[in-house]
Amino acid sequence: MAKKKQEGYLSAREARRISRENRRITNGFEKQRKRKNVPEEEYLTRMHDANNSVEFDDLHTYFFTDAGTVKAVDGVSFDVPIGKTVGVVGESGCGKSVTSLSLMQLLQRPQGQVVSGQIRLNLGDKAYDVTKAPNEVLQKLRGNYVSMIFQEPMTALNPVFRIGEQINEVIELHDGEGKSAEDIKGRTIELLKMVGIANSEGVYSMFPHELSGGMRQRVVIAMALACNPKVIIADEPTTALDVTIQAQILDILRQLKDRINSSIMFITHDLGVIAEMADYVVVMYAGRIVEKGTADDIFHHPAHPYTIGLMASKPVVGKKIDKLYSIPGKVPNPINMPNYCYFKDRCEMCVEGCEGAYPEMISLSDTHKVSCYRYYGKEGE
Amino acid sequence: MRKYILKRIFLSVIIFFFVMLIIYTLMRCLPTSYIESVARQKSMQPNSKSYEEWMEQLTAMYNMDKGILAGFFGWLGDFFRGNFGDSWFYTVPVIEEFHDTVWLSFVMGLIAFFFELIIAIPLGIIAATKQYSRTDYTISIIALAGISLPTFFFASLLKLLFSVKLGWFDLFGLVGRNYEQLTAWGKFLDKSHHLVLPIVTLVVISIGSLMRYTRTNMLEVLNADYIRTARAKGLSERKVIYHHAFRNTLIPLVTIIGGSLPGLFSGALITETLYSIPGIGYASYHAMVSGDIPFSMFYLAFLAILTLLGNLIADILYAVVDPRVRIA
Repeated sequence: MAKKKQEGYLSAREARRISRENRRITNGFEKQRKRKNVPEEEYLTRMHDANNSVEFDDLHTYFFTDAGTVKAVDGVSFDVPIGKTVGVVGESGCGKSVTSLSLMQLLQRPQGQVVSGQIRLNLGDKAYDVTKAPNEVLQKLRGNYVSMIFQEPMTALNPVFRIGEQINEVIELHDGEGKSAEDIKGRTIELLKMVGIANSEGVYSMFPHELSGGMRQRVVIAMALACNPKVIIADEPTTALDVTIQAQILDILRQLKDRINSSIMFITHDLGVIAEMADYVVVMYAGRIVEKGTADDIFHHPAHPYTIGLMASKPVVGKKIDKLYSIPGKVPNPINMPNYCYFKDRCEMCVEGCEGAYPEMISLSDTHKVSCYRYYGKEGE
Repeated sequence: MRKYILKRIFLSVIIFFFVMLIIYTLMRCLPTSYIESVARQKSMQPNSKSYEEWMEQLTAMYNMDKGILAGFFGWLGDFFRGNFGDSWFYTVPVIEEFHDTVWLSFVMGLIAFFFELIIAIPLGIIAATKQYSRTDYTISIIALAGISLPTFFFASLLKLLFSVKLGWFDLFGLVGRNYEQLTAWGKFLDKSHHLVLPIVTLVVISIGSLMRYTRTNMLEVLNADYIRTARAKGLSERKVIYHHAFRNTLIPLVTIIGGSLPGLFSGALITETLYSIPGIGYASYHAMVSGDIPFSMFYLAFLAILTLLGNLIADILYAVVDPRVRIA
């Protein structure tokens, strides 16, 4: 990286060099992506475990910005089993959303690129590596096999089209064969009812601005569920809503998941929500996974100091304290990541080993994995 | 909505009153006075009255002997009664001269406007979808050149290239030398031929800003969350851009386009003058230079009404394209 003169300062020459380099790299990726008629063999792959609906395998997603390369996701591997909910937690900017956007292949291109790694998507009879799939194939997957619930219900709907129109569109696109306009409308209204909108006929012909935030989030969920997707990515679906609506939305999601037996990748920084929803939990920090395991592993036996810190910093009912715990320090600069454990500078439990390279992921049990030097030599206990 | 429009019309009337008051005051203070020049001419003739006597007689004759405020209210009264007076310079009723010239300007403006739209909007969209690419930079440079070129300079360049060097078009005028001998179809072709350069000038000068405007709006829309939602639905890029994004880009576009519609009647003073096209802009230029108060006042009142109307149309169109501003 750049010679360190002053934090965050780039000379004009350096900035030019970086942007030239970026353009070279991103053009390469874009050229690869723009090819026509990519043979299916190139993105056809096999699931490592047929019970998984998505497998992230050593995913690297980088952003080539003018200030340098941001390694937003740097070697993330985890599985989303069929019919289960996987919670992804971590503070803002740790790469949660970028991981999910990599699965959808909706990164802000050309700056954002999946540099290496695989994301295997189980389509039942075959599996695709979405990072290599061409756009035409992805368009058939999005909204159909994988759909996404976005975190900002206020802006996620197009303000100039009616609610009905916007949901009809998805059904028409993926499921519309042999269906009349009436059928599609019927399905849309059914979906609206399913997400708990009482006046579904009325809402069908309303514009987004006529609905409250909670209602809009329901519409977004209805849209995501329209084609019974195998995988639903919920990117902080309740962050913008107040607590009562939050509970309702979570209820809806849980019921719907059971009804259509799909997997949910639930992204949030709200540990309470994760405890309620998730079967498995992945804890991310600065673009890497620091700990993953079942909800029980993470909540009752947190191992990584970061996870322990997170648990300590959430308020507990019935316990009276003067000041809520907060993890000291701040997240390292994403452009100049240290070459040792990213959490070391904030860690209160350092051991001698911490001086070394970034710790490998080690298993504490069959399900529980952590990357921390404190547990070296205690694997599989 | 009705109440809103009525309110807007009422406000427009008030604005119109003050605009015209300012214009009338300025017209009366112009350094060129038609009356003075006529009086000077008359007094030059042999055995004539003196300049002062002519001045006195002419001022009374043209109703300019009252003060500015009294004169203004007199003019305003006449205007609302539909009595627009006679043009001093053209020596015909104002309305007649206006009628003779405005349609040519309108046709010219309409054609230029049409080309402006079909060139600028697609270019803006292409530039936005391919942001920071070579295409984007090329389009932006052309657009900026269009914005920066002064009309008179660009018109002169065109004349030099196409009229002087290549000889494809006449230097100025609306009709050729042998116009009278032509058939009706030939006359039409001859006029069209003479309008090519003025229209090209108008189009090139105006596409720049509209294109930049489209590009900026399109970029803003393309970064919006609902565009990501549209992509997440699995829609093709085409559908995302031309259906979801374009409808939203239309909102600000329609307002400026709607607002400029009445402007089609106002003519292009500089372009028409440069090419000697006898449109309303050209006519008003000569009226203004010679201090023809009735014609100038009528033309400027007409412009003021058009501008106010344009704003009103823009506001109404806003409600048509954006469901969020519809008033129940």
